[in-house]
Formats: sequence, structure tokens, C-alpha cells
Amino acid sequence: MTILVTDTGFTADTWDQGYTPFGEAANDVVSIDVPADTNPADIKITPTLKMVRIDFPSFADGRGFTIARMLRLAGYTGRLRAYGHVISDQYAMARRTGFDEVEIHQDLAARQPQEQWKFRSDWKDNDYQDRMRG
Amino acid sequence: MYTYNDFDKSFIATRNAQFRDQVERRIDGSLTEDEFKPLRLMNGLYLQLHAYMLRVAIPYGTLNGGQMRQLAFIADKWDKGYGHFTTRQNIQYNWPELRDVPDMLDALAKVGMHAIQTSGNTIRNVTADHFAGASADEIADPRPVAELIRQWSTDHPEFQFMPRKFKIAITGSPNDRAVTRAHDIGLRMVEKDGEAGFEVIVGGGLGRTPMIGKVITDFLPQEDLLPYLESVVSVWNQIGRRDNKYKARIKITVHEHGIEEIRRLVDERFAIVKGSFSGIDQVRLAEYKTHFAAPDFVVKSEAVFKDAYHSDPIFRSWADTNLSAHKADGYSIVSISIKKHGDTPGDATSDQMRLMADLAEAYGHNELRISHEQNVILPHVHKSDLPALHAALKEQGLATANIGLISDIIACPGMDYCALATARSIPIAQEIATRFDDLKLEHDIGNLKIKISGCINACGHHHVGHIGILGLDRAGVENYQVTLGGDHTETAKIGDRAGRGFEAHELVPAIERVVDTYLALRTDKDEEFIETYRRLGLAPFKAALYPEAQADAA
Amino acid sequence: MSKSFTPKVVTANDLLKGDVIYQTATGWTRDLADAEILTDEAHADLRLIEGSQQIADVVGVYLMDVALDGTAPQTTHFREAFRAKGPSNYVHGKQEVA
Repeated sequence: MTILVTDTGFTADTWDQGYTPFGEAANDVVSIDVPADTNPADIKITPTLKMVRIDFPSFADGRGFTIARMLRLAGYTGRLRAYGHVISDQYAMARRTGFDEVEIHQDLAARQPQEQWKFRSDWKDNDYQDRMRG
Repeated sequence: MYTYNDFDKSFIATRNAQFRDQVERRIDGSLTEDEFKPLRLMNGLYLQLHAYMLRVAIPYGTLNGGQMRQLAFIADKWDKGYGHFTTRQNIQYNWPELRDVPDMLDALAKVGMHAIQTSGNTIRNVTADHFAGASADEIADPRPVAELIRQWSTDHPEFQFMPRKFKIAITGSPNDRAVTRAHDIGLRMVEKDGEAGFEVIVGGGLGRTPMIGKVITDFLPQEDLLPYLESVVSVWNQIGRRDNKYKARIKITVHEHGIEEIRRLVDERFAIVKGSFSGIDQVRLAEYKTHFAAPDFVVKSEAVFKDAYHSDPIFRSWADTNLSAHKADGYSIVSISIKKHGDTPGDATSDQMRLMADLAEAYGHNELRISHEQNVILPHVHKSDLPALHAALKEQGLATANIGLISDIIACPGMDYCALATARSIPIAQEIATRFDDLKLEHDIGNLKIKISGCINACGHHHVGHIGILGLDRAGVENYQVTLGGDHTETAKIGDRAGRGFEAHELVPAIERVVDTYLALRTDKDEEFIETYRRLGLAPFKAALYPEAQADAA
Repeated sequence: MSKSFTPKVVTANDLLKGDVIYQTATGWTRDLADAEILTDEAHADLRLIEGSQQIADVVGVYLMDVALDGTAPQTTHFREAFRAKGPSNYVHGKQEVA
């Protein structure tokens, strides 16, 4: 089982429609699983697409942040989820690049309980990007 | 100088509180060492051979007297009473304990300083011409732009876990003192039809695969700078190699994909990213320019300077070597040598730091700079104050007249401190400086840059030294390779490898033979080492380095 | 033919202080002379694993080669000699207190 993290802490996962692997997605796909080596320009944003889950194979691999940012700049407004090895110290980065939520495994959740994630629910504050972009 | 506003202060305080929490979570096991390592690195904290090391940013090399005094205070309170200035305009403390570091960061915040992104796979401390705002040859002061880049890159959410580190340097002068062609991105301020902009150079770097950067655009309008930088870094973050750390830097990405393809990808991304900037950054830039307004230069007699120059040969020698032309009448740029013969290049004691802080306040419009050549600069000193300044510097062993000479050596910490090093650098620098001081030859030799790295990563810039020295581990013995003819300036060039390496005890005599060859072959005293080298090439120097090869061939 | 196993010591840095430490039969020491000498390869691998698991106290655990001068371990590589002594430009590190 996995744990879903949002600004309010750990919550139950409400998404029950599964994920289609990125390479197998048809034009009417509802939700896709996106590997970290995906070129964001190849992700087709369609009216049916409601959920994109981007994989983090390791917390040290920050490609998912670029994919998320590019998806948002391309106009994607559906749910955007970071999945895998994301640590609580990266929660603000995930939210700031456009993710709505983070899905982690239980062993990580045990090591980094929800207080450590909620510590960065203040991600809207102290953001230099706000000042640079307006 | 830029002064922190409430936003900057709140940001630093919060960030430091986060790091304090991360330290405690490492100790209580919430964070593994693997997870903690990039977090401590992005806050400037390394673990070296003997201890932790905290690398503090001196953004674009600029600081004031109060900040320098605080650096001295930190050296005394949490370290061993000294600090080491680096080739990336940082200061390193070699002996902090883990639990002291959050307190050190809070002490830095009190004077508007930090250690953020001085390490890790992040956009590093932006470096700039250390003569910015003072030099007679400058088109524009690069520091307001450097400050803009500092703010944009600080805690940038997309760019904290990149394939590798990313270094940006900027110069506002055609005479490149910021080594822009050996950075991931080098920016040269230029003008086109009266409009301010940048030449953008990408994919330079030293290290294992040294490369001179390539021009990705010869004119980028000023207002496009941040979205363009963001596009370059974003493309590289996506396609840069993560399978091999020696192939991860953008220089390899550019090399493998070609500059044309990188330019195409960046332009494509720029078209998307540009819209996420409202233009407010240009309003801020205009404000930051006011922070860097030139001081109120005074007009007064230079008689005291002229008298001292004629009557005091020691002062004259120092003035001839350590002063550079200033844009304002009656002023000089003073380079304080942190390279006293036999001392560790770039190391300053807390007493020396306090003296430099005092002198900056008394004579230098309260400004200091750190150069990538590991010296301290007082950018604005009136000539009439130079004799008194020189006398004060002498008291603390800071009046060495050797700027640009053979003993003004860049040296990384090497294996005396660094966990990555393969050989020592510091003792080699000490021996070379002491030897040529004993020979009393260095003023005759003139401009000659020796740069020493203790490993292939090239923090000591050996590839671009006129004489470069690379320390390696050869079957368990320190061994030193020599490169010749490197150039770190606007005519940047990677030096030529001379041949087999030397053991430590062979190295100084070998360097001496190179210098003797130059002295014998130069057309006259005005032909500098690098000019003789360019005229004659490697051959005569190689023959001098390896006389046994000549004997064998005979 | 496989290389014969040379004596080893488990070494690391202390998490809080950052300084060089060596494994003993019961814990860690700052003095190489007190380190546990490992002469059996399988035992050395085991002790390395045991040392590496103590993540709350130590960082960067690895096996280093030593030479035996009587019973006292001596470093065999200059890098380990610096770690055991301190830098060469100041009397800092272990040599400071020695």
C-alpha cells in the first residue's frame, strides 16, 4: 500500500481508476504513468486526461520536476502526482513545480511521518520564483 | 552593494531553520546519510578527510567590512581562526562540527550571507569579475544581473536535483577576469544598436574533460535573460546524462548533441517558458542597479602617493604589482595578496580578515572583493591613502608584492583536506613560491600564472594556467603532470600536456627549467611567458622539462 | 590466482564531529593504534557490514589497508597517512592533540 501526501498531511488515496503506462496511452486515456525519462513535449494533453503520475526512481533524480513544470506550462490542469522516492524535504519543490500531491511507500512514511511533510506545507511562502516571475 | 530586504531575511531565516531540522532528522534517523548528503551539500556542508567543511558564498565576490568581520568571528568561534578563499569566490571553513553548522549559518544570516548552493547538484554561487564597478575597461557593472541570477537560482524548485553541478559566471568587461569560457554558462555583457544584452556561452568547463564553452547566442536581450537561463538548465536537467557522473555536466551534453541541437531545444523551450515571466524581474533589476551605484569618489591631492612612490622602494614595488587602473581619477584598485611566500594560498587568519575589514571601512568605501585567484580586492582606494594602507597591510603580513607573478599561485586544498583529491597541492605551491622568492627572480619573470589542482576535477584551474600542475596518485606516490600555455582570459585556451609526470621532489626543479627556458628565449623583458610560449610552442619547454629524452635522442 | 588478503581496518568519519575513526572490537576509536586488525577476508567483510549499519554514529565506512609493524597497524597509502595525522600545512587534526 502507498500513502498519499497533500498539504494537510497523510490522506487516503481517492484515485481508483488506475493508470495506463505512458507508451500505451490512447487519445481518450484518463490517467497515465509517466517514467522519469519522458520528454514532456511527448505527453499529449487531451480533454479526457484527468491524472498524470510521474515516477521518481530516486529522490536524487530531479527530472520529474522539469516534466511537471513543462506540463503545467503546456496547459495541463488535471491532477498531477509525484510517485516513488520523494522525500519530505522535496515536498515544497514538488508543489512549486506544479504537483498537487505525492504518493510514497509505507516504509518511507514510517521513517518520515506526516509532521515532517506538513513542516513544508508552507511552500507558498519565501519563494524567490514569485518575486522573479510576478 | 545589495542589502537584504525583508523577503531575503525571512527566506534565509526559514531556510536555516529547515537545515537545523534536517540535521536533527539525520541524527534521529528520519533521513539516511544518502538522503541527508544532497541536503547538506545544497547548504554548503561537505564531509572532507579530517572534518566537515562549510563553504560560504560570497555572491559575485562582493562583501563589506561588517561581513568580513563576521567571517572572522565565525572563524574564531567555530573554526581554527582562519578561512580559505576559493576559486569560486567562496570562503571555506575546514573544521566545524555538524551541530555547530546551523549556528554558523544563523551568524552569516545576521550580515546578509549564506552558504546555499555552494555545493550539490544545483546552480552554484554566481561568480563575476572581481573588478566589477571599479575597472577602467568595463562596459557595465555585472553585479546587479548577478544578484538577479542569485535570487532566481536560489531554491529554484526545478533545479535542486540536477544531473550535476551548474556554474554561471558573468563579466561586464571585454577583458575577461571571470573565466566565463570555462563555465557551464558564461555571460558577457554586450551592446547591440544601443541595446543592452548578453553573449551567452554554454558548455565550458575544466575537470576530466576540459572544454572551452561555445556561443549559443551572440546577443540575448537583457529582459530575456532569466527565461533563457531557465530554458538552458531545464533542457539539460531533462536530457543531461545521469548514468555516469563524469559525463553529466552540460559540456558533455553539448558535445554529444551538438551546439545546434542544444540551441534548437533551448529555443523551443524558451518559447514556452518566456510566458511564465511577467517582466517584474526587470523592475527588480532596475532597483538592484541602485544598490550598486558607484560610491561618492572624492577629489584630493595625490602628492602623498607620489612622494611615497619616489622615496620608498618597497612601497613602489608593491604599487607597481598590486594596483590596477580605476575608472575614477585619483583612484586605484588594490589587490591584497593572500599568497605570502610559503603560506597557504587563499588562507587568511581572523586577524587579517579584521584588518582588511577595517581598511575597507577607512580607505575603501566599505567594499571588498574576493577574486577567483584567491586574493582580496579593495576596489576603490584613493591614491593618497595607499601609503597608509600599505603600512597597515605590512603589519599583518598582507603586503606581499606578487600579484600576477609566479608566486601568486592558485591552488585547491588538495589532499591535505579534500576527500576527492589524489595528491597534495598546498605544499607544492609553498615550495614553488619559496624557491622563486629565494632566487629573487619573480619580478624579472613578470606575469606568469601557475595553477595547481590536486585531482582531475580541476578546482585549481590547472588547464588554464600558463603553467598548470595536476596532482595524481601514481601507484601510491604523489605524481604531478605539467601543462603549458593555458589561458583563462577572453582568449581562453586549454594548456598542452607536456609529457610524463614528476614526483614531488622533481617538480620544482622542472618548473625552474621551464622558467629558465623562457628567460633565455624571450625577445625582451616585455614579452610575457605566455607570449613566448605562443610564439615558440611546446617544443623548447618540453626539451627543458625532459632533458633525458634529449640525451637519449642524441 | 587470487590476490592474497592483506590486513585491513574498518574506518569512517564520526557523524557529529566529522573526524576520522577506526573500528575496534567493541566500538570506534580515534587512534589507529587501537583499531581492530582484520586478517581474514570473510571476517573483514562482516565487520564492514556491521560498521556500515551504525548510521546514527558514523559516515562513509570502508576497509583500509594496513601494514603490521609488530602488532601495531601502520597506514600503507599516503591518503590514509594524512587521515591518520592531519594536513601538512598546519599542525591541525589528529597531530594537534597527539
